Amino acid sequence: MKLIVTDVDKTVHEIAFNPDDILMHVLRAAEMGILAECDGCCVCATCHIYVDAEWLGKLEPIDDDEEDMLDEACTPQENSRLSCQIQLTPQHDGMKLTIGPEWD
Amino acid sequence: MAETIETDVLIIGAGPVGLFAVFELGLLGLNAHVIDVLDKPGGQCAELYPEKPIYDIPAWPVISGKELTDKLLEQIKPFAPTFHYNDMVQGIEGNVNDGFKITTDDHKTFMTKVVIIAAGGGSFQPKRPPIQGIEAFDGTSVYYAVRNREEFRDKKLLIVGGGDSALDWCLNLQPIAAHITLLHRRQDFRAAPDSVRKMRALVDQGKMDFIVGQVSELLGQDGRLEAAVLKTDKDERQIAVDRLLPFFGLTMKLGPISDWNLELEGNAIKVGTETYCTSRPGVFAIGDINTYPGKLKLILSGFHESALMAHAAKAITHPDERVVFQYTTSSKNLHKKLGVA
Ligand SMILES: Cc1cc2nc3c(=O)[nH]c(=O)nc-3n(C[C@H](O)[C@H](O)[C@H](O)COP(=O)(O)OP(=O)(O)OC[C@H]3O[C@@H](n4cnc5c(N)ncnc54)[C@H](O)[C@@H]3O)c2cc1C
Ligand code: FES
Repeated sequence: MKLIVTDVDKTVHEIAFNPDDILMHVLRAAEMGILAECDGCCVCATCHIYVDAEWLGKLEPIDDDEEDMLDEACTPQENSRLSCQIQLTPQHDGMKLTIGPEWD
Repeated sequence: MAETIETDVLIIGAGPVGLFAVFELGLLGLNAHVIDVLDKPGGQCAELYPEKPIYDIPAWPVISGKELTDKLLEQIKPFAPTFHYNDMVQGIEGNVNDGFKITTDDHKTFMTKVVIIAAGGGSFQPKRPPIQGIEAFDGTSVYYAVRNREEFRDKKLLIVGGGDSALDWCLNLQPIAAHITLLHRRQDFRAAPDSVRKMRALVDQGKMDFIVGQVSELLGQDGRLEAAVLKTDKDERQIAVDRLLPFFGLTMKLGPISDWNLELEGNAIKVGTETYCTSRPGVFAIGDINTYPGKLKLILSGFHESALMAHAAKAITHPDERVVFQYTTSSKNLHKKLGVA
């Protein structure tokens, strides 16, 4: 199973994952430039990604903690998510996403 | 004003590890000054997760980041450390024979025999929004903290964010500002509900504006901001602004540590595991900032590192004194230092 990831330099990568993996861990292991300062505790918003619109509906809906934390993400949009809050399933095979910009 | 402070030991970072280092050094009779860029002690525990539970502090089945910080402060109280908050260490000059000269952003100078770097993931810095040309206004029209309220009197302020800092400063500066616009990416706020209620009341009374959107452009010259372009759901509009206050929280930056002539591995300082000394004798690194084979970035590792470091530090500050190993339970001498004799 794989993800199609566009990094901050606009390079597209295919990255393998296993069901039940946390998306942030997969992106970090693949060195996609995810800072993930709080290591998945949902308190830093430095694991911010944009999910391609057609895949958004396949993700668990965003909860209040994640929505609150997105306030501290760099340039959030409608399709913003925090990758540490997303557990992957076989349904996400082929999912397209873009790494969010980093803070100065 | 330039001020030189003499001390045996200077600790950079008031995170849990810097705080516990005060304790271990104190048991050996060493007094410390502690510097942190934050406005409070506790490092990551205080800034990132004060309310979240920690389950792996020995003998505390569960303790929150804030409770751990409070307990550490209570524990080190007998050693009366001097804290210097809101200040960042910039330079370390000198050597172990002549002593070290430490300089800070706030123009303070310290002369110390030993330097302890407990800088964690680096210094906490405000997140700076990626708006083109924003740096040109830094410190003249764009502020990431309010140090002097008067700076904002009779000014048109644009405050951005949805947390407690943004809301608190809206309420605090509203009476003295010429006008305040609060800009946030959505209708809901994570700030305390009471502050949100007060802010909405001011908006209803026509005393300030609240707009849902983001800043897309800043206009002005010579560091003087004149207007901001805001992107909202419906339109793009320009408003007159003298001062911009973005509040998006903090992030950790390695900062000046890479200029301190220390051997690094990635963003961490290499140390030996006998004393946690860096490649520069007399400069120690403990807690999240150091690395060695097998390093685990855990609070408890930092506590252990503090104890070993303290004994080595004492050998430098008092080379003629023999350091005797003692238990806090039995030593009369330690009881005196702890104020329990
Ligand atoms: C959400 C979250 C949950 C965690 N949970 C656990 C857990 O359950 N168990 C566990 O053991 N650990 C946990 N950790 C990790 C733990 O918080 C860190 O290991 C610990 O904070 C490290 O302490 P420290 O004192 O070394 O550094 P920090 O806590 O990072 O403190 C370093 C301080 O130094 C200051 N500083 C840095 N450079 C300078 C400078 N040049 N001048 C002035 N000040 C400077 C910084 O501003 C900061 O305040 C967690 C971390 C996070 C983010
Ligand atoms: S890693 Fe910090 S919020 Fe996701």
